[in-house]
Amino acid sequence: MEFHFSEENLSKLSGVFSKYPNKKAAVMPVLYIAQEQNGYISNEVISEVSKVCEITEEEVMGVVTFYTMYHQTKPGKYHIQVCTNVSCMLRDGFEIYDAVKEKLGISNHGVTGDGLFSLEEVECMGSCGTAPMIAVNEDFHENLTKELTLQILDNLKQV
Amino acid sequence: MWTKERIVLPLIENLHEIEVYKKNGGYQNAKKAFALHPDEVIDTVKKSGLRGRGGAAFSAGLKWSFMPKSTDKPKYLCINGDESEPGSFKDRQIFEYNPHQLIEGVLIACHAIGANIAYVYIRGEYHKWIKLFQKALDDAYAAGYVGAGMKNTFGTDFKVEIYVHKGAGAYICGEESSLMNSIEGHRGYPRVKPPFPAQKGLWGCPTTINNVETLANVPVIIDKGWEWFSSIGSPKHPGTILYGVSGHVNKPGVYELPSGTLLTDIIYNYAGGVPGDKKIKCVIPGGSSMPPLRGDSLEGIKMDADSLKEAGSSIGTAGIMVMDEDTDLIAVLARITAFYYHESCGQCTPCREGTGWMLKILKRMARGNATKKDLDLLVSVANNIDGNTICALGEAAAWPVKFMVQRFRDEFESKMKDEIEIAVPNKVHSMRDTVNPIASITI
Ligand SMILES: Cc1cc2nc3c(=O)[nH]c(=O)nc-3n(C[C@H](O)[C@H](O)[C@H](O)COP(=O)(O)O)c2cc1C
Ligand code: SF4
Ligand code: FES
Repeated sequence: MEFHFSEENLSKLSGVFSKYPNKKAAVMPVLYIAQEQNGYISNEVISEVSKVCEITEEEVMGVVTFYTMYHQTKPGKYHIQVCTNVSCMLRDGFEIYDAVKEKLGISNHGVTGDGLFSLEEVECMGSCGTAPMIAVNEDFHENLTKELTLQILDNLKQV
Repeated sequence: MWTKERIVLPLIENLHEIEVYKKNGGYQNAKKAFALHPDEVIDTVKKSGLRGRGGAAFSAGLKWSFMPKSTDKPKYLCINGDESEPGSFKDRQIFEYNPHQLIEGVLIACHAIGANIAYVYIRGEYHKWIKLFQKALDDAYAAGYVGAGMKNTFGTDFKVEIYVHKGAGAYICGEESSLMNSIEGHRGYPRVKPPFPAQKGLWGCPTTINNVETLANVPVIIDKGWEWFSSIGSPKHPGTILYGVSGHVNKPGVYELPSGTLLTDIIYNYAGGVPGDKKIKCVIPGGSSMPPLRGDSLEGIKMDADSLKEAGSSIGTAGIMVMDEDTDLIAVLARITAFYYHESCGQCTPCREGTGWMLKILKRMARGNATKKDLDLLVSVANNIDGNTICALGEAAAWPVKFMVQRFRDEFESKMKDEIEIAVPNKVHSMRDTVNPIASITI
């Protein structure tokens, strides 16, 4: 599918470019803007970003594949990120991860058939003091139990 | 109010609001610093004894003094808010509860090193804290404390622009040279040093990188003087430290306390002890990269850089992870190693492959399919990573393995068998699935 930045996002881009001495340096924020508009980073997005940042498509691809927060496939409407790193693990992070996997019927990086949920096992999110935690898209849910987590998923289904 | 116990997170309600910060003397210390010669500011910070809070505990004033005085290139300050070390969750407190003190610290540091542009690198997952900090920054711009308005507000020709750069999920970008590559729009590969950032940093220009907490201390040092600051806590590592306590404690959280506070005091008095009054088996005192300590060796250990070194560990980010007597240390070590395997940038063979090999062995140990020989094999892989890589992630991966096995050898050995069967004995190959590297990690 073709990709072009919307008018609104084009004006955002000029704000982003003004932070850096060259356009290449803006590739990360530009990719975020593109991902927000398109839902994920497709090849067409890479091509467009390479044009506006004046770098090769390979360079853009290099950045996209280095960072976990750029998605090359479409995630679910609710992207569920479960932390299983040590502080969460010590407080049942793996039990929560397994429960989410079972409930959604998908494994790491899977997307449910209806496109509602996707799942990612993530590294420490900086919530160790309020562990265990999951993130739903950009929002952190902390001090969880298995029950609370499943309830969050149920609530999202009903929205 | 700012006291010797609370420097970075003082108990003032709504301090994150610019009006409240101003009412409490906010941005007056920047004004005070701008009236001083940059060398005087550096000297004050040097004498205060302030050491970096990002992991290496390097003297902040000394680092600033490495910046060239005369150069025709622009100079930069990078503020490291990547905060991705497992067990660390302190910088987000500053973004949330005291962002203006950080901004003021940035202004003072920029004056000291002669930088006009500062990039605040915040990990991408911190969406909420990026928004909170950006709001504070916008307010500071609007009030003329940052940017073009500084001329009017402070009556100086000195001007600083502060930009937020959002990371995108890579632990390695907390390493300072990787952080700079990330800001430049590259993959976050660490650079070979030397040259050091003060000579060749962002876009080849002189650059200083400091942690968020380090810089948040600076305004108070200017306000109260270096003597005041240097008299707090341990003389060689003075000030307060934001200790983050997590794992098996009743009251996990961030506690700001003088440096050199007893580890047992932090765990039992502040963090409320261990649930069910269980014994402690293991504590990692400075984030997951630092050598683990035995629970029966904690008595008398003070939480500062030198005392922890003596005790055989390191202060790191002061993220204290507590594990009770029922913890399966093989599972913990396998999880730690999975983290470094996932986060290795892949530039150096010992780190890229070694982390995978260690993970493979540890997973086998966790399944109960390993012998004592495998313990030696595991340690030898760790030894071959340690000291043979471009950046310190190599050590970060090797240390937990080396020291966990050394200090808990009895527990590891008790789970080893005399003989095992391995399905494909001589198959040594990379574990890396280049198409989907994360999917292959399961423990
Ligand atoms: C793998 C790795 C990850 C790091 N992550 C961070 C981090 O998230 N935040 C940080 O401040 N320092 C981090 N550091 C340390 C930085 O390289 C650097 O020493 C620090 O930001 C300097 O600031 P300071 O002197 O104020 O402590 C990391 C180092 C390594 C090797
Ligand atoms: S030690 Fe590891 S993370 Fe650091 S540069 Fe080498 S491969 Fe990359
Ligand atoms: S270990 Fe899960 S948030 Fe830090």
